[in-house]
Amino acid sequence: MRRRWITAAAIGLAGMLALAACGGGGDSSGDGGQGGAARKRVEVFSWWTGPGEADGLKAMRQIFERQNPNYTFFDAAVAGGSGDQARALLASKLQANQPPDTFQGHAGAELQGYIKAGKLEPLDFLYDELKLREVFPEQLVEQITVDDHIYSVPVNIHRSNVLWYNPGVLKEAGVSGPPKTIEEFIGALEKVKQTGKIPLSIGSQWTQVHLLESVLLGTLGTERYNALWTASADWSSSDITKALENFKTIMSYAGTPQEDWQPAAKQVADGEAAFNVMGDWVYGYFVNPPDGGLGKTAKQDFDWAPAPGTDGTFMWLSDSFTLPKGAPNRDGAIAWLKVAASKEGQDAFNPLKGSIPARKDADKSLYKDYLAYSLEQWASNRLAGSIQHGVVANDAWRSAINDAVGLFLQDQDVAKLQQALVDAAKNSGQ
Amino acid sequence: MTVIAKVRGTTAPQHAKVVRRGGAPVWRAVRFALLLAFVVLFLIPVYVLLVTSFKPLTEADPSQAWNLPRTWTTEAWQVAWERLAPGVWNSVMLAVPGSLISAMLGSMNGYVLSKWRFAGADVVFTLLLFGMFIPYQGVMIPLVQLLVGLNEITGTQLFYGGIPGLTLAHIVYGIPICTLIFRNYYVTIPDELIEAARVDGAGMLRTYWSVIIPVSGPAFAVTVIWQFTSLWNDFLFAVFLTGPQSWPATVMLNNIAGAQTVPYSQQMAAAILASIPTVVIYILLGRFFMRGLMAGALKG
Amino acid sequence: MTAKTASVRARMPRWLPGLLLVSPSIVAIAVFVYGMLGWNFKVALSDQHDEVSEGSFVGLENFINIWQETRWILSVQHAIVFTVVFVGGALVLGWFLAFLMEKGIKGEGGFRAIYLFPMAISFIATGVVWRWLMNSATGERAVGLNALFRFLGLDFLQWQWFRDPDWGMAAMAIPAIWQMSGYVMALFLAGFRGVPEELREAARVDGCNEWQVYRWVILPHLRPVTLAALIILGHISLKVFDLIVSVSGKQIITDVPAIFMWTAVYDAHDPAKGATIAGYIVLSVAIFVVPYLIWNARREKRK
Repeated sequence: MRRRWITAAAIGLAGMLALAACGGGGDSSGDGGQGGAARKRVEVFSWWTGPGEADGLKAMRQIFERQNPNYTFFDAAVAGGSGDQARALLASKLQANQPPDTFQGHAGAELQGYIKAGKLEPLDFLYDELKLREVFPEQLVEQITVDDHIYSVPVNIHRSNVLWYNPGVLKEAGVSGPPKTIEEFIGALEKVKQTGKIPLSIGSQWTQVHLLESVLLGTLGTERYNALWTASADWSSSDITKALENFKTIMSYAGTPQEDWQPAAKQVADGEAAFNVMGDWVYGYFVNPPDGGLGKTAKQDFDWAPAPGTDGTFMWLSDSFTLPKGAPNRDGAIAWLKVAASKEGQDAFNPLKGSIPARKDADKSLYKDYLAYSLEQWASNRLAGSIQHGVVANDAWRSAINDAVGLFLQDQDVAKLQQALVDAAKNSGQ
Repeated sequence: MTVIAKVRGTTAPQHAKVVRRGGAPVWRAVRFALLLAFVVLFLIPVYVLLVTSFKPLTEADPSQAWNLPRTWTTEAWQVAWERLAPGVWNSVMLAVPGSLISAMLGSMNGYVLSKWRFAGADVVFTLLLFGMFIPYQGVMIPLVQLLVGLNEITGTQLFYGGIPGLTLAHIVYGIPICTLIFRNYYVTIPDELIEAARVDGAGMLRTYWSVIIPVSGPAFAVTVIWQFTSLWNDFLFAVFLTGPQSWPATVMLNNIAGAQTVPYSQQMAAAILASIPTVVIYILLGRFFMRGLMAGALKG
Repeated sequence: MTAKTASVRARMPRWLPGLLLVSPSIVAIAVFVYGMLGWNFKVALSDQHDEVSEGSFVGLENFINIWQETRWILSVQHAIVFTVVFVGGALVLGWFLAFLMEKGIKGEGGFRAIYLFPMAISFIATGVVWRWLMNSATGERAVGLNALFRFLGLDFLQWQWFRDPDWGMAAMAIPAIWQMSGYVMALFLAGFRGVPEELREAARVDGCNEWQVYRWVILPHLRPVTLAALIILGHISLKVFDLIVSVSGKQIITDVPAIFMWTAVYDAHDPAKGATIAGYIVLSVAIFVVPYLIWNARREKRK
């Protein structure tokens, strides 16, 4: 009798567990289904779900599965989206020690947190085995080395400091060509303003941080910019004040902020705006046929130049893959990293993604127009790392810089912005 | 049985009387016009969703939001369906059992806390209710760790990484609202009915089964609708607690927008597709939802 | 009923089975809600400012220091504006719709369904549309609602929506009002219909005009409904996250505590700060809700 009551009381709990049986519907998902099967799966975590990027991933996947018949590629892509869900999800997985076999991350400081927390395996063995130190540019290897170890395999390179412009609008405003220096840039913006067009198109907050990094580089020069990310950096210097004043002046020519980088870039392609500073993913968006692109013609509808004052410097960012400690299928992950590092893999991925390979020995014939230009620049330029895209500043620092810029947009106070940047550098723990 | 009569009594006959008192014809026309105007306002976002979903990608652009498609195409719908489909079944497996179990739990809790009370029942109720108010985004990391821990303790894959664990999380965080709905509803049932059943020798469960359950329809409707909607629409728990094989439709929907380009028409078609089940439920069960509200559920 | 079962029942306290039936829920809530809250406050009271360190107890330091951050103050201001506009707007609109329908109208079921349906849709689905509609460009370049105003010759209505530096958060409340006013409408409609017709009749017999009936008979009856709606809207408002992320992203211009918390936890990797903000959100909700719960309990006792 009493037992009946206890049974009754347990109904609730039983109900919850019963659903485990019925709700599961037999697919023991997530981490289940690893061993057992003849082909072991390799879970690859990325945020490539959009047109172009997902196609590139697919091309690499095909190579991977051809070369490794005993593994299946398991696509765990979550769109970055506006909430950066992918990275948040990854953080929760790594903290709970449930890593995917390999995950995408921006090469550079973005990975520092994970490295410090001991979540990543150094990949020096892989670099030695595949002689990767020789195929990647020396400066790149140097900039992704943390305490003498390398923790990621860069698959592609994007450039951040690109000035996109509309030749027609420039002509109309009497601007002879893309401005070379910040001063020329401000002069050109003023001329465009007279015509009634938007001098500089801009998107949401992060695109303004993106602009700031190019203005910093353009004002300070490569050496002093790169020194900002070392221990001896002085963020309170008058150089920085100058750069921030420039940023403020340039921003005063900006149009209404668009919802994201795409509509902002589109204003240039459509001839509504003269300039836009954005990464070179703009190129694919402009030229791709109207299914994910605008179908524009380079040099006619739009053109590009290094951001003012940054000619000769390639501000880079890179997507890379890593090997988390405790990866359920470590061998499979290493096999994936080998494909990602290979010439074949990078040449399959990059033309579709609209980026250039990190390797120096890529097949140049695959890269046309802007990408050919970019390859050539990548080989000859000095390198500087992007802030917004995780190269030079770790997450905490980058996030603090974003806050500082966001608040600056509200109050337009340069001194406050500089103080916030000083604090950000001090508190970054980098 | 008097309870049923009572519950029904509060709505139907009175309603009939009310209609007769419709007011002066002019005022009635004004009210109707105002209501229609609000319908138009409410449907603006739907209009944009619909027209954009039938556009080719070239036309899907904010500057043409108001225009009808120049070329009508269902291409976006096809792509959207292909990408969404794998998640739809997961959503069903999540939302149907999840909302039913939530309703059962809520009903049992509400019954006990209103009619079969123990010392401190009010405190327990208040503490349960408070669970409604935690900001989930802030506790995702420990929650994941908790569920992974439960996986390890039980030696199963049930809690983290699949639909069962996700359903469990929803059920648990749904306990407060479900309990609230049922408790407020059951409070309106006269205690004499319970007493009568007890005098007849019925125990707690028998009373529940034979007296309470038969009159619980409206509260079940409210709870099931509420929970089904929040389970179906949830993104946060789903993305953190499950893996690609068990992602529900909302995660698939989110994935249609890539990191670099957003195929708007596909996204909007997918948004409509993903919303159909909940909208249908509201339209089909809306009447019961209203009835449940009128009978006191959710009223506090 | 055998003698044996009767004796068992006599031995068992009457309340025990009830407690047993509720116990799974109590355990689950204890772990999933209070366990998490406990964890949260433990972190919030520590100096664990990155994911690696263990963190030691620092008392209320984080709770005090956060008030020196411009972003925090801004996000609190935003949350207040949002809450006032959203709660007020949804209450007024919901009440008005219910008022229009109260005495029954042709097609009531259809109206109700249309007003209620936004509740069924997530902001993951409608975020993009709202972003389009509330585009901030004005004049020649206007799109979205601004373009509609222009088309209708109502140019003076054009504004920057959520990019407006002062009242942007009021614009952010519009989608939220759209989503929740149908629910408030349903609550009020239930409230209106819950007023016994005899009471209205009696008041009329006593010589009250329609307005007086409304003021002295119906409004007092709506008070509990209003309060319930207020509580539900208020706590939605203080936790608002999905809506803002899907419309504006994580920009400072539309920052609220829940977004700040997200960036603190996942972007800046500062668990202590994130937990502190979560703590404030919980506390602010508690300030809203606890008096209500007490009031409600008293009211029930009186009955």
